[in-house]
Amino acid sequence: MDFTLTEEQTMFRDLFRDFAEKEIAKVAEHTDRSEEPPTELFKKAAAQGFFGAPIPENYGGVGIDWLPYTMLAEELGKHCLSTAITVAIHTSLSAMSILDVGTEEQKQKYLPPMASGEMIGAFALTEPDAGSDASSLFTIAEKVDGGYRLNGTKSWVSNGGIAGVFVVFAATDSSARNKGITAFIVDAGTDGVTVGYREKTMGLRGLDIRTVYFDECFVPESNRLSGENQGWEIITRASDRIRLTLAAISLGAAEASLALGVTFAAERKQFGTQIANKQAIQNYVAEVAVDVEALRGLIRNAAWLADTKQDYGRAASIAKFFGARVAQNAANKMLQVHGGYGFSDEYAISRYYRDVRALRILGGTDEMQRFIVARGNFEEKGIKIQP
Amino acid sequence: MDFDLSPEYTALRKMIRSVCEEEIAPVAHKIDETGIVERDLLRKLGELGILGVPFPREYGGMGAGEIGYCIMMEEMNRASASVATIVGAHIGIGVMSMYLDGSKALKAKYMPDLCSGKKVCAFALTEPNAGSDAAGIQLRATLEGDSYMLDGQKMWITNGPIADVINVLAITDPALGARGGATVFAVESKWEGYSTGKPERKMGLHGSPTSLLNFDNVRVPKENVIGQIGLGFVTFMKTLDIGRVSLGAATLGGAQASLDASVRWARTRSQYGKQIAHNQTIQFMLADMATEIESLRALVYRTAWLVDSGKPFIKEAGMCKLLGSEIASRCVDRAVQIHGALGLSRDFPMERGFRDARISEIFEGTNEIQRIVIASELMQEVGVRLRP
Repeated sequence: MDFTLTEEQTMFRDLFRDFAEKEIAKVAEHTDRSEEPPTELFKKAAAQGFFGAPIPENYGGVGIDWLPYTMLAEELGKHCLSTAITVAIHTSLSAMSILDVGTEEQKQKYLPPMASGEMIGAFALTEPDAGSDASSLFTIAEKVDGGYRLNGTKSWVSNGGIAGVFVVFAATDSSARNKGITAFIVDAGTDGVTVGYREKTMGLRGLDIRTVYFDECFVPESNRLSGENQGWEIITRASDRIRLTLAAISLGAAEASLALGVTFAAERKQFGTQIANKQAIQNYVAEVAVDVEALRGLIRNAAWLADTKQDYGRAASIAKFFGARVAQNAANKMLQVHGGYGFSDEYAISRYYRDVRALRILGGTDEMQRFIVARGNFEEKGIKIQP
Repeated sequence: MDFDLSPEYTALRKMIRSVCEEEIAPVAHKIDETGIVERDLLRKLGELGILGVPFPREYGGMGAGEIGYCIMMEEMNRASASVATIVGAHIGIGVMSMYLDGSKALKAKYMPDLCSGKKVCAFALTEPNAGSDAAGIQLRATLEGDSYMLDGQKMWITNGPIADVINVLAITDPALGARGGATVFAVESKWEGYSTGKPERKMGLHGSPTSLLNFDNVRVPKENVIGQIGLGFVTFMKTLDIGRVSLGAATLGGAQASLDASVRWARTRSQYGKQIAHNQTIQFMLADMATEIESLRALVYRTAWLVDSGKPFIKEAGMCKLLGSEIASRCVDRAVQIHGALGLSRDFPMERGFRDARISEIFEGTNEIQRIVIASELMQEVGVRLRP
């Protein structure tokens, strides 16, 4: 056991931190108010390699391991949840699925522009009637000459309006449920792809979430990702990746909320003293600080499992579930420390409070994470639980 | 013991619910988006007597007491937290501070117009440096002939931008400070030297305008002193004590709205081939919400009964606000979770409910202050005086 960061890891962390503090912090509030994805910021981040951090260098990425990648997510999450999740969806769900199971030709074609940020990735899985129950897809891929024809509606597609490429999941054998799902790489602008309604959300207002329609959309066989009916495996592995990434974003958000609360409590005077001297305030701070360190431990552990090629899925679910709750509790308690100022848009804490609420829902709800965690416990007893 | 509501209260609830369902709930989403509650809506509520529910008929009220007022606030907040906040600040602390300690003449002059909705009232206590520490106020009132000159600022004043009558706590004797040296004044917005800041941008309650108030040597005639010179802090604290009961009632309505929506959604939404209501996780969330709501309902109406019966209620009032705001936040949080991604969408009411609910843990005395109030009452019973 050694928790020391290597010189290289420290260097990466400082690079991420520096960039986030200098470039992201100043646009986060505007992004929230304007509800526009900060495309200029994305270009700057991409120039630093942040859109291809874990993509190997031969495909145009930086090729960093999971541990530093979680530190990137954490630093982005500290300053702008919308930006952090844009990068996370693009990288952990979209690009890394192609890296994971794509053909050499697919990797050569898609990964370099994705790593450079020219092509933003999205992941079109959720449907109006397939949320937690992701295997009940109504989007159908019908085999036709030279490829497939896609028909269906995808909802809550993050990055939908800014994406250059979608990884799309469709039923190729509806009766087989999760054994009948196939993944496709679909370029934005392909005939039959329409980007529709932009969701108006409580937080994450810079995240471009859309309904995407596929209407008689032809996808050549060369753009099928992995084999026919092999989609569920891609979904499972992508879910593990996004969960660990979201856990790290939660950590960043919790740390940022804590810092805002501590700063406010150190400055705000009531009853002739800084409110930092009140036990009630100290208790909130201590509780959140403990949560933050526990969460960091879970993330480091899951990242170590991933980096040493061990199964990290359940560890990622644990970190994601715990992290989302830690982030919400941190924003909630630190908002309380702010008193009336906490309810004002003039102070950043209310933005964190709105943003972090999504973390308990997106990337798999709390309820799904609990199922996954408990499933592991019961597997040891030979019981296979069902959702 | 009799938990039945009298026919009068039942009729009152029925009337208010139908007004809320017909006039308020349909525009609640629009109010959140535009940030505007039409003055016509308030006038209509006034014409129906809703803006004077707890006050005696002789001053233009409905005479339904605290229980009636709680019924009204519960129903109102089920429909729209923005409207309920305007109405609550108007009646529960604004007009209430005048009703509790104002002279007969002052009440006769202002209350009929306030109860009928011709005029809107605000309660001005908070200042930039006096939040939880309300005794830290600095707004100054100086005697000049037959008038007081008010000079200073108030902030975070609910109804600030729309109020016609503002009941303000000001320091009349700096040597004594707020406790013993502060006085309440009824100020008309049209008087010279009074102005308001821009409405604050807030996370929720978008339709309830909140602003800074500027008093630049506003001349206030002596007749507009509410209560006794020097005892204004007591008037304001008494007002806040009683206001916490109806605030608890409002949170009850908010929590009930969360539960109602969740039950409907648990029936509508299917995943894994069945309505999500068939999942224990969802069932337990619904059960916890309902249990918390019933405990809050019992506390709120018992406390309202204490008020109407002239019994001590300060400790219980603090509990109404503390428990109510926390239950409302927890219930709307569960409702968001039950709705999944749609719970995060501004096209669905849970999202608004989540943003609106949060302030109840802060305004009219943060929940930390409520705990101090409750603990102080407990310790006072055994002869120990606590200081915050």
